[in-house]
Amino acid sequence: MAETVNRRNSTEPNNGPGAPQARPAGAERGERGASPQRAENARRGPRPASDGEPGPPHRGVCGVGWDGGSGGAKPPGLVFEMRGVRKTFGATTALDGVDLAVGAGEVCALVGQNGAGKSTLMAILAGALEPDAGSMVLEGAPYAPKDPLEARRRGVAMIYQELSLAHHLSVMENIALGFEPARFGFVQRDRLRAMASDALQQLGHSDIAPDAIVGDLSPAAQQLVEIARALATGCRVLVLDEPTSSLGHGDVRRLFSLVRRLKEAGHAIVYISHFIEEVKEVSDRIVVLRDGRKAGEGVTAAMRPDAIVSMMVGRTLEDLYPRSARTVGDAILEISDLTPGSATFTLHRGEILGIAGLLGAGRTRLLRTLFGLEPVRSGRIRVGVYAGPASPERRWRQGMGMLSEDRTGEGLALGLSVANNLTLSRLDDLGPGFVVLPARQDAAANRWLERLGIRAAGPRQPVAELSGGNQQKVAVARLLHHDVDVLVLDEPTRGIDVSSKAQIYALLDGLVSETQTARPRAVLLVSSYLPELLGLCDRIAVMCRGRLGPARPASEWTEHSLLMEASGTRVAS
Amino acid sequence: MKARRLLDESGVLIGLGIIALAFGLLIGPQFFRAANLELMARQTVIVCVAAFGMTMVIVSGGIDLSVGSIISLSTVVTALLLRADLGPAMSASGAVAAGAMCGLVNGLLITRLRVVPFIVTLGTMLLVRGAAKGLADERRIEAPISWLNGLLRTARDGSGFLVPAGIWIAIGLAFAVAGLLRYTRFGRHLFAIGSNERTARLCGVRVNRCKVYVYTIAAALAGLAGLMEFSKLSVGDPTVAVGLELDVIAAVIIGGGSLLGGKGSVLGTIGGAAIMAVIQIGCSQMGLQNWVQQIITGTIIVLAVALDHWRQAARVR
Repeated sequence: MAETVNRRNSTEPNNGPGAPQARPAGAERGERGASPQRAENARRGPRPASDGEPGPPHRGVCGVGWDGGSGGAKPPGLVFEMRGVRKTFGATTALDGVDLAVGAGEVCALVGQNGAGKSTLMAILAGALEPDAGSMVLEGAPYAPKDPLEARRRGVAMIYQELSLAHHLSVMENIALGFEPARFGFVQRDRLRAMASDALQQLGHSDIAPDAIVGDLSPAAQQLVEIARALATGCRVLVLDEPTSSLGHGDVRRLFSLVRRLKEAGHAIVYISHFIEEVKEVSDRIVVLRDGRKAGEGVTAAMRPDAIVSMMVGRTLEDLYPRSARTVGDAILEISDLTPGSATFTLHRGEILGIAGLLGAGRTRLLRTLFGLEPVRSGRIRVGVYAGPASPERRWRQGMGMLSEDRTGEGLALGLSVANNLTLSRLDDLGPGFVVLPARQDAAANRWLERLGIRAAGPRQPVAELSGGNQQKVAVARLLHHDVDVLVLDEPTRGIDVSSKAQIYALLDGLVSETQTARPRAVLLVSSYLPELLGLCDRIAVMCRGRLGPARPASEWTEHSLLMEASGTRVAS
Repeated sequence: MKARRLLDESGVLIGLGIIALAFGLLIGPQFFRAANLELMARQTVIVCVAAFGMTMVIVSGGIDLSVGSIISLSTVVTALLLRADLGPAMSASGAVAAGAMCGLVNGLLITRLRVVPFIVTLGTMLLVRGAAKGLADERRIEAPISWLNGLLRTARDGSGFLVPAGIWIAIGLAFAVAGLLRYTRFGRHLFAIGSNERTARLCGVRVNRCKVYVYTIAAALAGLAGLMEFSKLSVGDPTVAVGLELDVIAAVIIGGGSLLGGKGSVLGTIGGAAIMAVIQIGCSQMGLQNWVQQIITGTIIVLAVALDHWRQAARVR
């Protein structure tokens, strides 16, 4: 332990901001020369028990070699490079030949809309997915991890949005999880503690006690533990996926300074974010992805926010969205100052109101609160003639139905049959009294199977055996079977194929159109896919960081302006 | 498709047939004599009645460990009420009501305190057992003879119609519970809750109310099973039926119920209970000792569930 501290102290001056420019040549040489040794260390890192060296090995041995990367010198000491990476899932191409290279001491921001391919690209880097084509090089050696564990052994760590910590274990147990220093199978707790406090100290957060239980920590502190875990196991490449989505303002500032320190220590960092202002502040370079291709890149200082957004948006509206004549009718859902969501809006018959926003902006929470699945803190809700909060059961009776964003976890009971899923909310008129006759249930289900073109063996088939698109149509059919007036839809087209999407679009248009139905319904639509919102909705409101903005006619919005609003970027213009 | 579903639902009955046939071959045709079959039915009826309730609880994704204790409480309550001269009918209703009360408490604790059913009913298992012992002052309670003692008396002596009255009650209950599960809103809701509670909530099912109902009904059925136990013992015994809840759960599981919820049927449960009864009686008539019988029953439970999983996996491919 003492030895390690000494060595760190001796390398500390080299990590100072001035050092890299001062000795570029030596650093370059150091980097090449250290390469095999570093690989050796990365391999040894996970098993500190065998080499008797707690703490991250590369810091002690290779500190000198890694000073060369930072600074604006071109090219920086390359840490990893991905070339021509392709990945397809069935018929959809998620990545179509993407190149990405990040150097030591560089923060590269990866931005793009939902579905642009950021997560897929990073999953490939972190070993969670295998690419169909393309090559990767890590620290000069070919790199093709079979699983996340191998990626981690090679020094690539991904800090996910949903933190992957064991909440019941202590901080130090989490930091060393899977790599516990042990002798004869017994964990050596003092070395475990040393390893953990060492890693936390490196982050400049010795305030987190190694013995604290992770579940008791704040989200920000949990995130730090996750980063400490990556460092303790010797990781040099850190991927931060939406790291600020669950942090308050002060924690965001602290995270940024930590990212800068990690950068100065020579780590290669990929920073994924929707928030353009954040990206502008924290990154050195920005890479924009769109539809699985690189849409542009550049040095951060030289890129203007609206230029970035333009690259993210790119294409124009597709003509997927039918629009028959609609007439706005009576107000059927009125909301004022509803918390959570601080939302105020009125929804009328014959209209589709869209809610745009980024993941985690609080859109789902707002819908769930409306529907009685989460408590109303304050504010007023009126559905038709019924005022006040109500349980889901009452909401259905009031003529309101909801489609969950989580199709397999909440939307459908996968073990049950198509008919049971479809009719679950309204079993009343399928038999006399409280009796439900399976024959009538099947008949009701068959009617919707036919009308929506749902491909299933029959009403008795378990819904788990259907494809995603057909499952989603069953979930939508439930609202139609119930014959609700207000449809509350959370991401109705997430993860389904294009033809199913088109069918759902046509269906929604038919429900609100005066020419296709005698009783136009009202639709409240949450979607992360902007073309869909712009194509379907009459009015759109944007939610950002838990607050819903005013609804404005869809014609006044563009993908560009929606994205600016949603990412909290307001440009004076 | 149709044939496969038939196999799915009657798999346990095929198993029952095979096991019965095996004992028939080993013991001889007297194994299938009417008297012997009646003996098996009388042996299994108590577990069966309690298992009907357990089927509903397991379908809803729960579990009830307190049924053994409720059975003993029910015998004690029956005996006490009979001794207090309330008459057999009142005593019987009192016993079932006492069971239902225990179930109501189970249901309320599970839904209000949001403690998992396993823990709540583990607690009430001890609690109810203690209450039964307290009521009985830790002794057996003698009670005056009434028609209640004849519920499970053999029909071979001319009493009852073909089979003892208790078995007719069980048959009636089987139809009632099967109908409740298959043909009512409540039954559909139980399957939905067991299959995915969040979906049930999203679809407006009053999840908590359903759970309270199902634990109350299950415990009332356990109370009825206790009444039959009393009829067999003719005394109120606070130490009877210890560990019987495991037999009851085993019957449901062998019959295709899943502890994860959303699966289970009355017919399967009857098959499961019958399999255990056939093994028990077959072994004792072969002169095998109790320990052999336990080993066989244990093996059957694990095999039955493994077979079910294997069939499911084959279906998904």
